[in-house]
Amino acid sequence: MFDTLVRPYLAIFAARFLTLLQYRAAAFAGIVTQFWFGAIMVMALSAFYADGRGSPSISLAEAITYIWLGQAFLGLLPWNVDPEIALMMRTGNVAYERLRPVDTYFYWFARALAWRAAVTLLRSIPILIVTSAVFAFVGLGAWSLRPPSSSESLALFVLSMTAVVHLSAAMTTLLNISVVWTISGQGINVITNSLVLILSGMVIPLPLFPEWAQPVLFVQPLAGLVDIPYRIYFANLSGREALGGIALQICWTMVFIVLGHLLMAHTMRRIQIQGG
Amino acid sequence: MPQVAVQDLSKTYRVAERRRGLMGAARGLLSRTHRHIEALKGVSFSLDRGELVGMIGPNGAGKSTLIKILCGILEPSSGHCEIDGCVPWNERIRHVARIGVVFGQRTQLWWDLPVIDSFELLRDIYRVPEMRFRPAAEALISLLRIEPLLHQPVRQLSLGQRMRCDIAAAMLHSPSILFLDEPTIGLDANSKLALRDFIKSLNRDKGVTVILATHDMQDIEALAERVLIMGHGRILRDGPIAAMRAETSGERRLVVDFSKDIGEIALEGATILSRTGRRIEFAFDPRVTAAHTLISRLTADHGIEDLSIGEPTIEELIATFYTSHGAVEA
Repeated sequence: MFDTLVRPYLAIFAARFLTLLQYRAAAFAGIVTQFWFGAIMVMALSAFYADGRGSPSISLAEAITYIWLGQAFLGLLPWNVDPEIALMMRTGNVAYERLRPVDTYFYWFARALAWRAAVTLLRSIPILIVTSAVFAFVGLGAWSLRPPSSSESLALFVLSMTAVVHLSAAMTTLLNISVVWTISGQGINVITNSLVLILSGMVIPLPLFPEWAQPVLFVQPLAGLVDIPYRIYFANLSGREALGGIALQICWTMVFIVLGHLLMAHTMRRIQIQGG
Repeated sequence: MPQVAVQDLSKTYRVAERRRGLMGAARGLLSRTHRHIEALKGVSFSLDRGELVGMIGPNGAGKSTLIKILCGILEPSSGHCEIDGCVPWNERIRHVARIGVVFGQRTQLWWDLPVIDSFELLRDIYRVPEMRFRPAAEALISLLRIEPLLHQPVRQLSLGQRMRCDIAAAMLHSPSILFLDEPTIGLDANSKLALRDFIKSLNRDKGVTVILATHDMQDIEALAERVLIMGHGRILRDGPIAAMRAETSGERRLVVDFSKDIGEIALEGATILSRTGRRIEFAFDPRVTAAHTLISRLTADHGIEDLSIGEPTIEELIATFYTSHGAVEA
């Protein structure tokens, strides 16, 4: 049972995860970029809150927390195609993927999970520490990442973030499969990039969008990447609402897995591995 | 019962055609024209357990397509195939667990990982129990002499080293059938010899069935008793290499080094194949004109420094065969 269903996928997950943890220079560059963007967004939000009329649905402190969480976990966004898989498609090495006695979809899912998780793990920890502890210490308390509202919020947040990793991997795998049709993957990156950034809440927190758009924004799948877990963190969503949000994340993850699995089966029947 | 049974396998690719130039590209956005390429046109053969069969044919003959179908990663347009009671493309996962595959132009090792990590990853992917994996891996490592390479990342290996590791990787799960697609491509003479020895011992000592597609005729001559010659998506010939040699030619070669420059020369009973400086290569049919007759004719008129008689090389044989069957692409 373990051998059939878990062992190969766990092995590829572990191998990819450990390999990616070695890329510390890239992580460092990423961290610097994230601080820069985070700081600009925090300043812009502060200005809007100072001059804005009407009452926003989340406080400035909450919005800043939202921003920093977003920067810390930016690596989890499924905004691009796995360059390894894109290369495999171009060179035809994808043939070897089909020669493995595994379900190719879950094989790729495990790979995507490792990729998103490893990249994020390296970057998130320093950002979380600096924006929460260090900021307060050096007198930037107003701009700092606030602690979670309660231990219950924290527990629900961790649960929700676990869902994020899976949702992101499911979306990434779907993107990866689509490379079979487009070969390069560049075009897909351009389209998904802006879509994901805006609809997840990464650019402007979703609660700050107009009232009438809220129901739609909440149920669309990309909210499950950023908006739902972060609002759980500062208890903007709590209790049954929080559980509902997590259920929504899980549902979307399932939908993307089923969709990806179907597309993979369809694609691999039609794929023509050329050359060699 | 044969281990591999292939009946009337055909494969047609549908390829989108690009029109020329800017206007062509613009029209291509609206409507695409497609071309059909028949890569395989009714291929049939069968293999018994423990056979070692060579597969040759010019580029585009359909060798790679056939191998991909047999491996289960490509579905044919029509026809039937069964390997160990499995239809490869219908039961892919069950099938690929029992075969080993090496594509000489690609690697199945993880570029950034040390070789041993790739091996262990494959062990888990193929679900090989540790107690079976260890002896199998140790045997392969010592036979292929890759012990010193195990802790190097794959990207640092030379082509010959990488290929030895790749072959070991294909055998870690002890498959009963091994597909090799140009395994010696780009290798130096020593690496080729080592690889051939290894393939031969796998086949002879372990009884592994081997299907070897190659352009290297020495591979064929050293390894394969039986050869499938492919051309234009068909099997043109299926049989022992010796029989083909006997049939295509009793032809012999006579290479002569003259002691001084000579002008035009005609030798009755032989045709000139090539001349370089004072060396001339003749072809003749010993059943028509005996070698000693030719030699005495030559020595009567010219001073001769050295001469030798031989058979055409296997490359020449195959080239003749391709041309006579129209197997080479226009």
